[in-house]
Amino acid sequence: MTTVFYISAAIAVVTTVLTITRVNVVHSLLYFICSLLATGVMFFVLGATFVAALVVIINAGAIMVLFVFVIMMLNLGPQSADREKARLKPHVWIGPGLISLLLLIELIYSLVTQRPAETTAGRVVEPERVGAALFGPYLLAVELASMLLLAGLLGAYHLGQGVVKGIPAAISHTWAPKSMEKGS
Amino acid sequence: MATVPVEAGFIVAGLLFLTGLVGVLVRRNILFVLLAIEIMLNAAGLAFVVAGSYWQQPDGQVMYFFVLTMAAAEVAVGLSLVLQMYHQFDSLDVNVMNKMRG
Amino acid sequence: MLSLLWLVPILPLAGFAVLAVTAGQLPRKAVSALAVGSVSLSAIIAVLITINYVVTAPIGTAYSQTLWQWMRVGDFAPSVALHLDALSVTMMVVVALVSALIHVYSMGFMAEDAGYSRFFTYMNLFVGSMLILVLADNLLLLYLGWEGVGLCSYLLIGFWYTEPNNVRAALKAFFVTRIGDTAFAIGIFLLFTSLGTLNIQAILGEISAYPAGSTLPNAAAALLLVGAIAKSAQLPLQTWLPDAMAGPTPVSALIHAATMVTAGVYLIARMHTLFLMAPAVLLAAAIIGAVTQLVASFSALTQYDLKRILAYSTISQIGYMFLALGVGAWAAAIYHFGTHAFFKSALFLGAGAVIKVLDGEHDIFQMGGLRHRYPITFWAFLFAALTLAAVPPLTLTFNSKDLILNQVLLSEGGLGLWILGLIGTVLTAAYTFRLVFVVFLGPEREVPERRLLRWMVVPLVFLAFLGAIAGIPELINSISGAKGLYSFLHTAMPGPVRDFESAGSPWLLQLLYVATALAGIATAYLLYQRAPQYARSIVSTPVGLLLHRWWFADWGFDWLYQKLFVGPYMVLARVNRGDFVDVFYRGLAFVSRVINSLLSSTVNGSVRWYVTVVAGGAVIVVGLVVIL
Repeated sequence: MTTVFYISAAIAVVTTVLTITRVNVVHSLLYFICSLLATGVMFFVLGATFVAALVVIINAGAIMVLFVFVIMMLNLGPQSADREKARLKPHVWIGPGLISLLLLIELIYSLVTQRPAETTAGRVVEPERVGAALFGPYLLAVELASMLLLAGLLGAYHLGQGVVKGIPAAISHTWAPKSMEKGS
Repeated sequence: MATVPVEAGFIVAGLLFLTGLVGVLVRRNILFVLLAIEIMLNAAGLAFVVAGSYWQQPDGQVMYFFVLTMAAAEVAVGLSLVLQMYHQFDSLDVNVMNKMRG
Repeated sequence: MLSLLWLVPILPLAGFAVLAVTAGQLPRKAVSALAVGSVSLSAIIAVLITINYVVTAPIGTAYSQTLWQWMRVGDFAPSVALHLDALSVTMMVVVALVSALIHVYSMGFMAEDAGYSRFFTYMNLFVGSMLILVLADNLLLLYLGWEGVGLCSYLLIGFWYTEPNNVRAALKAFFVTRIGDTAFAIGIFLLFTSLGTLNIQAILGEISAYPAGSTLPNAAAALLLVGAIAKSAQLPLQTWLPDAMAGPTPVSALIHAATMVTAGVYLIARMHTLFLMAPAVLLAAAIIGAVTQLVASFSALTQYDLKRILAYSTISQIGYMFLALGVGAWAAAIYHFGTHAFFKSALFLGAGAVIKVLDGEHDIFQMGGLRHRYPITFWAFLFAALTLAAVPPLTLTFNSKDLILNQVLLSEGGLGLWILGLIGTVLTAAYTFRLVFVVFLGPEREVPERRLLRWMVVPLVFLAFLGAIAGIPELINSISGAKGLYSFLHTAMPGPVRDFESAGSPWLLQLLYVATALAGIATAYLLYQRAPQYARSIVSTPVGLLLHRWWFADWGFDWLYQKLFVGPYMVLARVNRGDFVDVFYRGLAFVSRVINSLLSSTVNGSVRWYVTVVAGGAVIVVGLVVIL
């Protein structure tokens, strides 16, 4: 089973790298979904079966689908891919690459010097235990999460309403300006 | 289930996170930036789950649960903002929205 | 009766308070009633207190009335307390009477002025401050009155403030007296730190423990002398008084003739023990007095502005008082103050009447022959002038100036000063009667326009009368040996070191003084009445012209001070316009602004930049955590 972990880890890393280097948005999305699925497999191998299912259902199945819908609505067209290609010259990768490399070195260094020398236990943490934790010690957090989702719902609803050029939709129904010019 | 060395798990999480970070820094299209943020969130959650599996506690998974919830809400609102942005500026370039300066 | 002492300074101050608060809203009649009424009431109470004080035995016991504790800071606990003895009684009654009469006069003089209420506000404040000054029990309260009169002097000189010259004159007065005020303040500090108290009687008691001529008395006395010199317009700080004539005539009469300028004399007389412990300072005072009266007399001979002549005359007469103080004739100096207050203010009020009827004309050579139209004014003026020149028959036998000269002659080494004083007598008579002859006698030049109000005439006459009779108490004393003002004053101050054997001065000296005065009058008569061409021919000679110009310009003091002090100071002020001390604070602000601009340039609105910086920061922080 350990090898399954390593294989799926490799797939996740590779697909993630591919995600950020594509010029077409939909391609990026699809690669990311693959990455998510690989992550789900990693969760399953580690024994976190509940969140393994959660990744697939919510992360890949809801969030990414939402992404896809919005991209469809935006109706970008082929010229956006050309623009992206023009922006992604090799020299733009240098700075961020350097920063990330430094962080990676620091991470590996700290991990290697700490040497916990342990491995994960190879047992499953049952969903029942997760549920008990959610309804027990983390009950308040669950309620707060639900309020967060409510806020997100309302925000998305208001912001997603019909747009008058120049005015955010959230307040367009409360305010009728005299002159409307973009950027005024 | 497998017994995986903890460092390996964390290094994988770190790699994914840093990849996402590079994506945020490099890309100019806001959709790619949002996607890269999702990558980072996912990587952080992976680290939590690895830790939870190490300690054999459900807390790691609970944490991932909350991270996921937050990601969902964020994506919902963020994408509607992206829609607004597209209609206002006719562009999805992050550099266009630089009015909050000084 | 004595317990009503507090009313004397408080009534004018109350009048000031009401007038200040209502600030021109009250009708003129109410303003007059309030101002003149409060000061007159104060004067009446002062007279009653004086009578009471004089008749209660034993004569000369001091009376103190503490009003309240001013402050209590550690060891420093001055109180607002009034002290009454022969000296302050004399000063109080003179100040109160003269102030009341001049207030009545002002009702007529300022009748058509728009700033009527403002005038009386300032005048009341002045009278209150002056009374506090003379009645004060400790140096701090005295300094309060001192500063108060200085402030009112500034306000009243510049009363017609729309005219820039008046404002300049007011500022000049204020700056020059400020020099004295600062020296006085330092003297107060010195006395307090050395003796631990500011109560005058306590200071006088403690200072006599010091050997005469030691540092503390010398330093303190010298500082107080500088304060007195500035306030009383003596050399070398006399330059402000002639220019102070820019104020209304009642102001000149009250402040710059009768009361404020004598505050210096009062200070020295009050602190006599301190000055007796510093003989060098006393000698300096005598010399300054003698020289000043001579210098001012010469200058008065050349002036053509009516009020300036009288101003120089004031400087000269106060020089006599300083001379008296310097030789230790304290009572004589105060006696001269009393008579001087009456006749000098009478002269000023007369001058004011003349100026008013001639519609603002100040040049005496444009006036003439006024005695026909205004006989009352003429006679009052003449009486006052005769008193100034110390001529009989009014001032028979006992005259304050003669008293001073006698004391000067009797003091050690006083012969030189006596001679100077004698020359001064001639000159005094000369310039006074030059004034009388040119203004009142001779051909009529300008036709006067107006009628004099009775408000103006009555005080004028009364003051001239008071000046004339002021010598009578001492006349009675010299004849019958009863106690007079002179010996009354000795209950508060030490008597002269030496005195003549008889009660009066020897007949020979008396004759000499009268002769000098008559000589002066005769000179004036010859030069200005009989044969004016002689005067002109003297002036037109080269020496005469030079002297005339030099004395006219106040012996060049104004020019000297302009070159020495005012000019360089203005240059420095211009150079330091940017205020070099401010550089530090402006530098701080500048550095803040620079840092601000640096930091705000990082907030450029670009999200990618923000993320980059966060990531870079994470690299650094995580690195630190990992390494350390």
